[in-house]
Amino acid sequence: MGTMKSLLIVYMFVFVYSCVSSLNNLISLCLCLGLANSRKDVVTVTPWLAPIVWEGTFDTNILDATYKPQNITVANTVFAVGKYVQFLKDYLESAEQYFMLGYRVHYYIFTDQPEAVPTVTLGADRRITTLKIPGSNRWQEITLRRMEMIMNLIETQLVNEADYIFCLDVDTKFYGHWGAESLSRLVAAVHFGFYSASREHFTYERRPESQAYIPYGEGDYYYGGAMIGGLVREVYKVTKTCHLWLNMDKANSIEAVWQEESHLNKYFLYNKPTKLLSPEYLWNGPYQNNEVKMIRYSHVWKDVSKVRPN
Amino acid sequence: KLQQCVWWCGCVCVTCVYAFVCAYLLICTYICVCNSRKDVITVTPWLAPVVWEGTFHTTLIDAIYKMQNITVATTVFALGKYVQFLKDFLESAEKHYMQGYRVHYYIFTDQPEAVPTVTLGASRSLTTLKIPSSNRWQEITLRRMERLEKLIETQLSNEVDYIFSLDVDTKFYGHWGVETLGDIVAVIHPGYYSTPRDDFPYERRSESQAYIPYGKGDFYYGGAVIGGRVEKVHKLAKTCRMQLDVDKANSIEAAWQEESHLNKYFLYNKPTKILSPEYLWQDTKYITPDIKIIRFSQVIKNYAKVRPNP
Repeated sequence: MGTMKSLLIVYMFVFVYSCVSSLNNLISLCLCLGLANSRKDVVTVTPWLAPIVWEGTFDTNILDATYKPQNITVANTVFAVGKYVQFLKDYLESAEQYFMLGYRVHYYIFTDQPEAVPTVTLGADRRITTLKIPGSNRWQEITLRRMEMIMNLIETQLVNEADYIFCLDVDTKFYGHWGAESLSRLVAAVHFGFYSASREHFTYERRPESQAYIPYGEGDYYYGGAMIGGLVREVYKVTKTCHLWLNMDKANSIEAVWQEESHLNKYFLYNKPTKLLSPEYLWNGPYQNNEVKMIRYSHVWKDVSKVRPN
Repeated sequence: KLQQCVWWCGCVCVTCVYAFVCAYLLICTYICVCNSRKDVITVTPWLAPVVWEGTFHTTLIDAIYKMQNITVATTVFALGKYVQFLKDFLESAEKHYMQGYRVHYYIFTDQPEAVPTVTLGASRSLTTLKIPSSNRWQEITLRRMERLEKLIETQLSNEVDYIFSLDVDTKFYGHWGVETLGDIVAVIHPGYYSTPRDDFPYERRSESQAYIPYGKGDFYYGGAVIGGRVEKVHKLAKTCRMQLDVDKANSIEAAWQEESHLNKYFLYNKPTKILSPEYLWQDTKYITPDIKIIRFSQVIKNYAKVRPNP
């Protein structure tokens, strides 16, 4: 009985001590001394000091005041091959509502059916160029050739015409403001499915035979392949390198687990983006969660059997 | 028997509560993707990172910059009695500043023979530049912009990637590395980082080019640290120099000389990276809990003894 009592007293002391120290941690977490972040619930800067863009972290007026005087042109590329042309209307109409409003925007639509590109009313200083490319009966093939096509477009046209470029997926829609806060030298979007996962769960390519191989224990984030952005000359480097890697894999008869997304993740691991977009900028589905206060851009629901050639 | 029962119940309850508290904290720490610094601002409303201890990984950032084979120029002005600060400045810089990178010090002084011989590390060099003395400290500080502008024009633009212009009456106490590099880099003045903007000692007379009206302003930046890419710092120095010339022609001297002009410049040309007061402290200041490390600080000095005029 006496032993139990003394054991309990010791136990109580330990408990009280740990409570007090935990409380201390909690207090220092909550206490704001001086200026404080508006978003405490999310990571707003990476360990290499690239900002992560969330609602509440930026002031549109200040950013516009910086970028508008620079008279920039933003290129926006999409691939709409085969049945994917059906997504163009919503994509373009929603972009006209939300994407880089007030800036010069030039859409480049890569398609095998130029006649299927819908007529959409564009705002001032915004235009569309349609580029005809061959179709394919393998969706993996289409996605793998994108890097090469974008690389060629930049080489032949964009290097003189545009300052920034965004390469986006077409089976998507804009739902909210996407503006100058997304501009930087090299921009990647954090994939909605993995932003709170630990790196062992990232679906990187894990076979060393592939150029996209990332070993366990390495990795910062899992980036979504549906969004590559940045200065034209930086995105050119991304597409050139990824195209090279994709060709090497093809020569070795290996296809990375998530095609170009795997190669992109490899690129961004060793060439860190200078700005990251939160999953607000690359979502999937209509639901939201606690940290994602608004959806700006999201994949639309599609019946894959109906839209993919294979 | 009842007493025994009560003790056991007490034990169980205590264990449960303790386990619950621990589990809660564990969840917060590991599963939640949180900022390492919640108590301070880590990104500005224009998405420039604010560099604090805990916000960056030196290894990751070194990996980015070591590949680029950069050269960092570092300018100091040591006139009159200020030459006495050179030894500590240079010796402490050799211990903490940009370790492992190519650094070129440029010492502007009216007494080249007073520049101490300091053992420099590998890839580090020093150039002494003789300039005329003055018997007004305000005059010395006002001519710095012009000298910086000329130095960049005549020597640095081909030789150097980044430049830092630092005050000499200072000392390095901790790591100052490539986490500080950016296009335009400013430091938050240690005396004003939690002050409301209307209390900032901006120049408030509209006759001065450095005028900032009440209600405007982001931070009060310290004039003791200016940094960035060489071409950007050249533009800054040139603009400030021109504004200083206009003020001189109108017989007005801004409240804090070039610091006032610098603050005006940074209000309309936002820095792309901001250094926390860890990077510019004052030895006389009491250290608050949010300052986890002092890296660079203005040493205690007797103004009457070092300044040529009051």
